[in-house]
Amino acid sequence: MFQEIFTHLFQNKLRTALTGLSVSVGIFLLIFLLGAGNGLIHAFENNMSMFAVDAVRIYPGQTSKPFDGLKEWRFINFDQNDIASTQRALPQHISEVTPITETGQHELANDAHSLSASLEGVYPQYVNMEKILLLAGRFINRADVRESRKTMVITQTVAEELFGEADKAVGQLVRVDSLVFRVVGVRSTRGDFGETTSYIPFTTAQTVYQKAPYVNRLLLRTVGLDTKEATERFDATMRRSFAARHRFAPDDPTAVWINKASSGSEEQGKAMSLLRIGLWTIGLLTLLSGVVSISNIMLITVKERTHEFGIRKALGARPWSILRSVLAESVIITAFFGYIGLVAGVVATEWMNRRSGEMVMEIADMKFYTFLDPTVDLHIALGALGVLIVSGLVAGFFPARKAVRVKPIEALNTK
Amino acid sequence: MIHLENIHKTYHAGQPLHVLKGIDLDIEEGDFVSIMGASGSGKSTLLNILGILDHYDEGTYRLGGTLIKNLSESRAADYRNRMIGFIFQSFNLIGYKNALENVALPLFYQGVSRRKRNALAMEQLERLGLKDRAHHLPNELSGGQKQRVAIARSIITNPQILLADEPTGALDSTTSGEVMQLLADLNAEGRTIIVVTHERGVAYRTKKIVHLKDGLIEHIEINDPAANRPFGELMK
Repeated sequence: MFQEIFTHLFQNKLRTALTGLSVSVGIFLLIFLLGAGNGLIHAFENNMSMFAVDAVRIYPGQTSKPFDGLKEWRFINFDQNDIASTQRALPQHISEVTPITETGQHELANDAHSLSASLEGVYPQYVNMEKILLLAGRFINRADVRESRKTMVITQTVAEELFGEADKAVGQLVRVDSLVFRVVGVRSTRGDFGETTSYIPFTTAQTVYQKAPYVNRLLLRTVGLDTKEATERFDATMRRSFAARHRFAPDDPTAVWINKASSGSEEQGKAMSLLRIGLWTIGLLTLLSGVVSISNIMLITVKERTHEFGIRKALGARPWSILRSVLAESVIITAFFGYIGLVAGVVATEWMNRRSGEMVMEIADMKFYTFLDPTVDLHIALGALGVLIVSGLVAGFFPARKAVRVKPIEALNTK
Repeated sequence: MIHLENIHKTYHAGQPLHVLKGIDLDIEEGDFVSIMGASGSGKSTLLNILGILDHYDEGTYRLGGTLIKNLSESRAADYRNRMIGFIFQSFNLIGYKNALENVALPLFYQGVSRRKRNALAMEQLERLGLKDRAHHLPNELSGGQKQRVAIARSIITNPQILLADEPTGALDSTTSGEVMQLLADLNAEGRTIIVVTHERGVAYRTKKIVHLKDGLIEHIEINDPAANRPFGELMK
């Protein structure tokens, strides 16, 4: 059967090639567009991974309405109980909670220089949850917290001010007001634009600087807050949970402040998926025009071969045999030329990757990718191949049905 | 072998055209029959119905005991393949297939393997003296050769009847004589052959002549081809 089809295809080389070209171009564009789109999407995802997009910060505020016999303008204070209670309030959305205590502005100095900086007492997991990049040394560790050590992590700005460069700061002593701390690490100011906040162990901060065991803010790592609705539900539930513990009205907007690091992340996700849908649409429409032209050419082929089909029917060809040969011809053209387009598309995306695989834009002290790894996954390529075979079947179906429906005697009398 | 009873056929292209108006005909196994008539007498329509290429409206048609009526296209294709061999005026060979492949084609639809069907086709071609032409395309063959290839194709499945529609219509007189002789030889082997023609010379090479006029059988003439042979060439 296949030999017959190939004989027939080679008889009409030019026509076959021209028709095939439209399918090749279709699938090429599909792959190329998806590759370029992936370049943008990968760059975006890479940029986002530098930020703690899953972080939510909760600050205590001041009540704005009276509640439960208490007057308005009361200050809310968080303490150790809030940590466990918060985690329990929405366990499916909260994977981690860590408290931070702020100690305010201090004078940091060594023998030569001094400057003003704020200090925060933190736990070790803070470094991962806020995606802090260390330039030298280490972050506050568990031993620091357990033993309330006077260790600190300073920012790049502070390190350069006091010691000239980041590497030299590790191991040095810094005077904080009247106490002396040892520098264990230097953090990058990436994304902070010159911020000077330095970190010390949570226990040290509380022991040395706080009069009461208060927590100044909570940092939460969240999961599954991808949509606006989920975020709003999360906010409301959190607010109710705090309201119950701290006796304020659940609808009081100022009693606690819930701050999602990237309130836009759901919109950005939506934009990415829109981009994807758009690219698929353009690519598939181009492919569709190729399929239509195959269908067209198959109609012409069927018309030309009507007499031959009549002969075949007279000799005992069943309808299915005719249908099958037309469908197979269509699928072979589509699959063969589609495959050429597919390979060309993959080659083109690889070439694009080689030439401009990493386009970088610098903003302040940060590097942003504008284009990264513009290639398509293997499963998308395989999916496209599946689309091709299906489109070959669709393209061949109507011509094939037409071929089958002609009565044998009419087909024989066609010249 | 063939039993026709009150066959009617009307074409509905624009004005209804009543082509066959009640045909009763019996053809025995081993008969060599010609159907004669002027153009428009319905002889081709009758042959198409006999060949299950067309439906009839009324009556009954039995082929070797099987009622041929309201068949699905697949069943009809199977019957055509196994029971009927066709010989056409314009040969109806497939242009991009060589003689051997054309002859082997009916066996392809029986699912016979390529090697076996090519061997069988070669055997037939050899019998008809076309062995050296086996790998030529139809347009490299003469008219007589083409018709002999078509005859080889018609008998390759060993069908019960051969239907020939104006088999000599596109041939010169010498080749026509050869082709009719070939059909006579096949009949001598015991095959049932029905030839549609408007040429008296061709009709008188058969044993029974059915005269058709305006969709009805006018009369059936019993003929002795051997008696006509001395004059056969003159009467074309």
